[in-house]
Amino acid sequence: MIVLEPRPQPSRALALLSPVIAIGLTLLAGGILMALMGKPPLEALRIYFFQPFGELWMWATLPEGEREMWLYIPSEVIVKAIPLALIGAGLAVCFRANVWNIGAAGQYTMGAVIGGWFALSAPADASGLLLAPYLAAGVLGGMAWAAIPAFLRVRFNANEILVSLMLTYVAGYILDWLVRGPFKDPAGFGFPQSEDFQDAFIMPVLVEGTRLHLGVVLAIVIAVALWVMMGRTMKGFEVRVIGAAPRAGAFAGFSRNRTIWFVLLLSGGLAGLAGAIEVSATVQQLQPQISAEYGFVAIIVAFLGRLNPLGALLGAVILAISYIGGENAQILLKLPKAVTGVFQGMLLFFLLGCDTLIRYRIRVMRPARG
Amino acid sequence: MIRKFALALAGLMMATGAYAAELKVGFVYVGPVGDFGWTYQHDQGRLAVEAEFGDRVETTYVESVPEGPDAERVIRQLAASGHGLIFTTSFGYMDPTLKIAKMFPKVKFEHATGYRRADNVSTYSARFYEGRHVIGLIAGMMTKTNKIGYIASVPIPEVVRGINAATLAARAVNPDVTIQVIWVNSWYDPGKEATAAKALIAQGADIIMQHTDSPAALQAAEIAGVLAFGQASNMIKFGPNAQLTAIIDDWSPYYIARVRAVLDGTWTSEDSWKGLAAGEVVMAPYTNLPDDVVATAEKAAADVASGAVHPFTGPIRDRDGTERIAAGAVADDGMMLGMDWFVEGVQGDLPK
Amino acid sequence: MENFIIPMIIAATPLLLAAIGELVTERSGVLNLGIEGMMLMGAVVAFAVANATGSTPLAILAGAGAGAAMALIFSVIALSLLANQPATGLALTIFGIGASGLIGQGFVGIALEPLSKLSIPYLSDSTALGRILLSHDAMVYLALALAAGVAWFLYSARGGLALRAVGDNHESAHALGYNVVAIRYLATLFGGACAGLGGAYLSVVDTPMWGENMTAGRGWIALALVVFATWRPGRLVAGAYLFAAVSILPFYAQAVDTFLCGRAPLLCFGDSEDKLLTLLPSQFLAMAPYLATILALVIISRDVNLTKANAPACIGRPFRAER
Repeated sequence: MIVLEPRPQPSRALALLSPVIAIGLTLLAGGILMALMGKPPLEALRIYFFQPFGELWMWATLPEGEREMWLYIPSEVIVKAIPLALIGAGLAVCFRANVWNIGAAGQYTMGAVIGGWFALSAPADASGLLLAPYLAAGVLGGMAWAAIPAFLRVRFNANEILVSLMLTYVAGYILDWLVRGPFKDPAGFGFPQSEDFQDAFIMPVLVEGTRLHLGVVLAIVIAVALWVMMGRTMKGFEVRVIGAAPRAGAFAGFSRNRTIWFVLLLSGGLAGLAGAIEVSATVQQLQPQISAEYGFVAIIVAFLGRLNPLGALLGAVILAISYIGGENAQILLKLPKAVTGVFQGMLLFFLLGCDTLIRYRIRVMRPARG
Repeated sequence: MIRKFALALAGLMMATGAYAAELKVGFVYVGPVGDFGWTYQHDQGRLAVEAEFGDRVETTYVESVPEGPDAERVIRQLAASGHGLIFTTSFGYMDPTLKIAKMFPKVKFEHATGYRRADNVSTYSARFYEGRHVIGLIAGMMTKTNKIGYIASVPIPEVVRGINAATLAARAVNPDVTIQVIWVNSWYDPGKEATAAKALIAQGADIIMQHTDSPAALQAAEIAGVLAFGQASNMIKFGPNAQLTAIIDDWSPYYIARVRAVLDGTWTSEDSWKGLAAGEVVMAPYTNLPDDVVATAEKAAADVASGAVHPFTGPIRDRDGTERIAAGAVADDGMMLGMDWFVEGVQGDLPK
Repeated sequence: MENFIIPMIIAATPLLLAAIGELVTERSGVLNLGIEGMMLMGAVVAFAVANATGSTPLAILAGAGAGAAMALIFSVIALSLLANQPATGLALTIFGIGASGLIGQGFVGIALEPLSKLSIPYLSDSTALGRILLSHDAMVYLALALAAGVAWFLYSARGGLALRAVGDNHESAHALGYNVVAIRYLATLFGGACAGLGGAYLSVVDTPMWGENMTAGRGWIALALVVFATWRPGRLVAGAYLFAAVSILPFYAQAVDTFLCGRAPLLCFGDSEDKLLTLLPSQFLAMAPYLATILALVIISRDVNLTKANAPACIGRPFRAER
C-alpha cells in the first residue's frame, strides 16, 4: 500500500523539479501513444513541444531577410500565453489565500463585454488615448463580476467556487445576447458579431510582422508586481497567512473578509483585463466565442506555476506551446486535434500528481490492519 | 554547439518534407472532421483530391479552428510550410485568409462562402438553394397536415435563402402550406436538433427540413414516423423510412478542378457559385416517395440545372406584402447573397 | 402539454443521470468538474459497444464503466495524491474531450442497427397522461429510480450516513472510524458511472449516433444542477426537468405564447407577432436557472442549520488521514 508521509518542510527542490518530472512523464506516455498510433514518437514529440522553440534556435542560422518570418511562431506562443498569464497570475494570488475563484472565465467575458461596450459606443475617429480607459473598463467589468461571489461569500458565506462558476454561464449568455441583439453589426449579414473595433481600441503591435502586442509588457509587469507583493509586502504576507492559517491570521489582526474581497477583486480584475486585451488585440470585435475557456485553462496555469505569479508566466507559455504544437502536429504529422486534448490532459494529470511530492514523501508499506 | 544543433534540426525538418509531391494542399476546417456535416463533407472533398491525384499531391487539414485569432495563425502556418493551395472553409476565415494571402503572394487561396477576393484568393460556394427548391416541391406534395418544420441554425442570408427557396417551391404546388422555422442558434448540437424536430412534429409538422449538421433531426423524424430530408450528406442510414432525399454538399468536383488548375498552371482568381448543374449540389436517391413525386422532383432538378427554372422567379412578396421580385424577373446573385427577409408562408421570427 | 412534457423528460434524462452521480460525489466532499469528459467517454464507449454487439444494455453498461474508469483517474490524482480537485476535474474534461474524439474517429457517420427499444412491456396507455407517464424508454425510469435510490440511501441507509458524515466533516468522520478516502473513492466512481450513463443515453438511446463533443456542454449544466438542487435528490429531479424545460422552451415559444395569450391577455402586448416569449431573448430565459441557483445558495448559506442540512461542508477539500 502506498502511504503519503508529510515532509517537515515542503521541498523547494521538488517544487521546481515536479513540473520537469511531469513533462518527462508526459513525453514518455505521449511517445507511447504516438507509437501506438503508428507515428514516429520522437518526431511527434519534437513537433509538439519543441518546434515552437526550435524555430527560434534556428534564427541565428538564417539569412537576414528570413529571420523575421521565423520569429512568427514564437511570437504566436507569447500572444496565446498573454491572457493565460494575466488570469493565471491573479488566480495564483487568489488560490494562495485559499479562496477558489473558478469563474475567471465569466470575469474574462465580462471584461470583454464592458470593454467592448465602451469601444463600440465611442464616437468615430476616437483618439488612441482611449485605449487606457478601454482597458480600465475591462478591469472594472471583471472586478464587478468577481465582486458578486466576494459579497455573497463575505455577507452570506455562500461558496465562492459555486457562485463564481454559475456566474460564468450567466456571463456567457449576456455576451451571446449582446452579439445577437444590441451589439450586432447591422452590416454583418446576420452573423452574430459586433462591428470591428476602431483602430484606437486595438492593442499596439510591438514587433512588425507579428501579432506580438503591448499586452505582453502588461502581463510581465503585472506578474512581477504580484510576485513582489506576495513576497515582499505586508499585503502579500496577509494573503499567505490567511490562506495557510486563518486563525493565526486573525490573531495577527488580519481580516479574512478583507482578504476575500481583495483576492477576488484582484483576480477578477485581471481576468477582465485579459478579456479586454484579447478581444482588442486578436479578435478585434465581439462574437459569441471569445476563447472564454482561457478562464478555466488559467486555473491549470496557476497550478503549473506553483501558485506563484511569476511561475504563472511560465505555465502560460507551456500551455500555449501545447496548443500551437497541436496545430503543428496536425499540419506536419496529420494528427487529429483530439490528440492535443489527450496530451494536455496527461500533462496536467502528471503535474497535479507530481505536486504531491513537494509536500509528501511516498512510502510503500504493508497494509495496516485494524 | 547551438548552431550545430539548429542545423541538424533544419535538416530534420527538410527531411520531413522530403518525399516530393508536386503540390501540397491545405484545408482549414471550422468543425471536427467527425461532425458528419459541413466539415465532414469538405473532408470528403479532400479525400477525393487524394484519390484523384495520388502521389502528385499531399493534403493536410487542420480541424476545429475557431473563427478568430487562431485561424490567422493556422492559415499562415499552412502557407509557410509549403502548401501551394489552401482552402479555408468557413465564412469567418475571410479576413485572415486575405491578410495571409497578401503575405504569401505565390500561394493560392480559396475561401468558401465569402465575397472578398484578391489576385491569389478565389471564393467559392454552392447553390444549395437549388436543392432546397427540389425538396420544397417534394414537401409541398407530400405533406398531409400542410405544415412543414424547418430547423435553422443562425439567421444569415445563406440560411434565410434556403428557407425561402423551400417555401416558394412548396407553396407553388400547394398554396396552403406553411413553413414553421425554429432557430437552434447552433450548427451542431444533436440533442437540441432532435428536440427541435420533436417540437415541430408536436406542432403538427409532418415533414422536417433542416439546416443544421447532425442526423439527429432525421432520426427523430424516423422515430416519430414522419418524413424528413438529409442535410449535407446522404443520411439514409439514420432514417431509412423517413428520408425522402438529401441535399448533398459535394465539394469533390470543385476541389479536383482547382487542384488540377494549380498543377496545370491555369489557376486564376475567380468567384465560383455552382449548383446542381456542376454536381456540387447533389440530390441523394429519392426514397419513400411515390413515382409521380419522384418524376416531378427529377424534372425540377433537371430544370434548375439547365437553367429553365430559377427558384426565385417573381412575383415574390415578403411577409409584409412588399413585392421584392417583380413578376417575370428572377433574383440576381446580389439579392440572394444579402437576403434578410422571409417570403409569405414562413412562420417564426427572423432575428434582425 | 403532452407534446412539451415528453421531449422535456427526454432532454432531462441525461442531465439527471449525470447530476445524480455528481450529487453523490459532492455529498462525500469531492468536487469533480470532469463531468463533461466522463459523459463523452461514456457516450463513445457505449456507442462502440452497441456498434459491435448490437446490445443496448451491454452498451449502456459499458458507458457506465467508461465513466467510472475516468472517475478512477480523478480519484487517484485528487484523492490519493491529494491534488487540487477543481484543477484535476478540468484536466479530466480536457482529457475526456480529446480521448473520446480519438476513440470515436471510426464511428462518424455510422448508424446503429435498429436497437430493441428499451420500453417496458405492458406499460403503455393511450391516454395523454398514460403516454406522459408510461411511454418512455427504460433509461428514463432508471434515472428516476436512481434518484429515488440515492434519496433513500442518503437519508435512510447506514452507508448514506457515513457518506454525509465524510462530506460534512472529514476529520470527525475519520475519528469515528470511517475510512474517508475509501468512501470518497466509491462516491466518485459512482458519480463517474452515472455520468457515463448520461453520455450513453445520448449516443445510444436519444440520438443514436456518435459525433465529437456531442454532449455540447451538458456536463456543465449537470454540475450547476447539483448546486441548484442544494444537494437534494428530490430537488435534483425537479431541477433537471426545469433546466430541460427552459432549454427547449424557445422551440415552443409560439405555441406557449398562444396558450398564454388565450388565458392571460394582459401578458400579451402589441400586435399578434410580438408576444411574450418571442420578445424575451432566449438567453435571459436560459440564464434564469443559474441566477436561481445563486439565490438558492445564498439562502441556504446564510443559515448555519440550513447549510448543515443541505450542503457538504468539506466540498473540494482534500483529506489525508493522520496516523
